[in-house]
Amino acid sequence: MKHAPKPALLADSAVIAKRTRSLAARHRKDIFFRNVCRTVASSSALVLVLLLTAILTQGLGSLNFQFLSGPPDPDPAIAGLWPAMMGSVWLVVLTLVIALPLGVAAAIILEEFQPRRVYLRRIHSFVQLNITNLAGVPSVVFGILGLTVFVSMFGIFGNGQEAGMEVGVTYFDQFYNEGDFILEVPVADQAQPVAEPVEGMTVFSYEGTAMALHLLGDDEEWPADPALAKRSLRTWDAPGRIQENSWWYFRLPFGRGVLAGALTLMLVVLPIIIIASQEALRAVPSSLRQAALGLGATPLQTVRQITLPAAVPGILTGAIIAMSRAIGEAAPLLMIAGIVFITHAPGNMMDDFTAMPLQIFNWAGRPQKEFHDLAASGIIVLLTALLIFNTVAVVLRQKLQKPLS
Amino acid sequence: MTTIPTPLKPAIRLRGFDAWYGDFQALHSIDMDLPENRVTAFIGPSGCGKSTLLRWINRMNDAIPGARSSGQLEINGHDVLGPATDVVELRRRVGIVFQKPNPFPKSIYDNVAFGARLHMKATKAEMDELVEWSLRKAALWDEVKDRLRSSALGLSGGQQQRLCIARAIAVGPQVLLMDEPCSALDPRSTASIEELMVELRESYTIAIVTHNMQQAARVSDFTAYMFLGKVVEFGATLDIFENPDCQETEDYITGRFG
Ligand SMILES: Nc1ncnc2c1ncn2[C@@H]1O[C@H](COP(=O)(O)OP(=O)(O)OP(=O)(O)O)[C@@H](O)[C@H]1O
Ligand SMILES: [Mg+2]
Repeated sequence: MKHAPKPALLADSAVIAKRTRSLAARHRKDIFFRNVCRTVASSSALVLVLLLTAILTQGLGSLNFQFLSGPPDPDPAIAGLWPAMMGSVWLVVLTLVIALPLGVAAAIILEEFQPRRVYLRRIHSFVQLNITNLAGVPSVVFGILGLTVFVSMFGIFGNGQEAGMEVGVTYFDQFYNEGDFILEVPVADQAQPVAEPVEGMTVFSYEGTAMALHLLGDDEEWPADPALAKRSLRTWDAPGRIQENSWWYFRLPFGRGVLAGALTLMLVVLPIIIIASQEALRAVPSSLRQAALGLGATPLQTVRQITLPAAVPGILTGAIIAMSRAIGEAAPLLMIAGIVFITHAPGNMMDDFTAMPLQIFNWAGRPQKEFHDLAASGIIVLLTALLIFNTVAVVLRQKLQKPLS
Repeated sequence: MTTIPTPLKPAIRLRGFDAWYGDFQALHSIDMDLPENRVTAFIGPSGCGKSTLLRWINRMNDAIPGARSSGQLEINGHDVLGPATDVVELRRRVGIVFQKPNPFPKSIYDNVAFGARLHMKATKAEMDELVEWSLRKAALWDEVKDRLRSSALGLSGGQQQRLCIARAIAVGPQVLLMDEPCSALDPRSTASIEELMVELRESYTIAIVTHNMQQAARVSDFTAYMFLGKVVEFGATLDIFENPDCQETEDYITGRFG
């Protein structure tokens, strides 16, 4: 073989002349391709610029302090985004708090604790395949899942609508008397019917001071003394039952509250976090793992002290991308919360809520143009939040990413 | 051929040791004794199974799916392959240094202290003492004593490799396995690591894989020539290099191989 003749393509000048591609044509194709890429890229950038300009011109006008701090209102002139903004903050924070530990743990199991037994490896790759597929599932599907699993919990706790079990709540029977005072009777057992006024029974003022009830008949005159009027009721006065939730109010099933929304969003972002964390772990050179194991580190010590710290920048970047996704999701929340008129920020994890995408969706669906402007203002707020998230992600990556070997 | 000619105490004993990667048998019936407090060199063409043998001695191959072995492998009378062996404790007693220096992305001090901290709770003073001793033993102390807190990645390749040796001896091993520890290093760093090995041999049993014949001749007391998963010849380094039994060994050593 050492002295074989050169092949025709290298030696025979006639063949070479015939087979050689035209250099000019190759360069022409190269330039043409580059121009096609340029055109396509700039037209997509142009679409983005157009979109932003349209949104900004429509929305900047109504983007003011009133809009940012006020509740929604049937009157577009004074309607605001505050409850939706706070709803989104609650959602994103809760989602991340739940999804990050779960996602990182799943990634560690999948990347760092790969089993040796064949059937365990099968299960492993099956789970992996599922996670990859879940990343592509339309988020509205997760909404349906969230509705049965989190909102009603398969109806295990009662009818699936009302709370079957709750803590952090107090019930009152509330009277509203002729002198415009509020009197409250604590309810010991919620199953009992509402309290009936009885002379001398203990009632509480709205401020919480205990008083003895003064009961008046039909024909008796309403007392002039305000102190007495404050604890007086007519025999026929009937109360309404109200509930007061503390900030740690918790109920089962979760109902259409922030927690159910966050858990549903968790389903949406979990595959993103798992895949990003897996990639971050995979990027850690295996020589570092070998070094740690070779010194007698247990697999846990290796993950805890070497692999995980090295993967943190990548994991955080994934977490922020997940946040961006969570804050912009509308479809699954629509299934959980629906379009409801909510004028207060959530006060506890079970509170009704609305979120920015829902509020924008709501306003955009109204016939009046003023509401469309509000929707545009909402979009500006949402895009600003996204921009901040992405900037933080880029900065984090650059600041934390250190060479590993 | 496979037993040690001199009455030295064997530290590592292999009898009928086979190793596989899946269906591929990488080692065939290895019989040999690595003597205590001596340097044993493994030489042989690429792919003959030197790394595989080394990685089985402290069970680094456990993590490779499909890797399995059979036969007898004992260190100071303890069965290495048996289910009763705790690999964490085994690796503490049998340290390994890899071909490519692989310091952790931590400070020089933390690199050396890492292994020790895995196994022991120590005071700062005790740890300082251990780190200094290990770095001195690895002939690195004078070069790094003023920058113990700076990143180990800032060291040169040779310094990094000596740091890896310091890190390995800081956990108190009895055996040191070195898989081509000098192949990524320049002649000066190589020389300092060779000096180190000769010194370390007093307190450690050392197994070294090398492709450098002069290195094997310089640092080792015993040499094993391997070919296609078998130990072809094993004996005192002088004998192997001066008058090998097998023609193959001689061809390989003199560079007439292949
Ligand atoms: N992880 C693995 N999976 C499958 N086969 C492997 C694996 N590692 C090594 N082998 C095979 O086992 C044989 C021995 O490999 P080994 O790494 O022990 O050789 P070596 O003597 O160290 O070679 P070198 O001098 O090139 O480092 C080779 O044929 C190699 O292809
Ligand atoms: Mg090797």
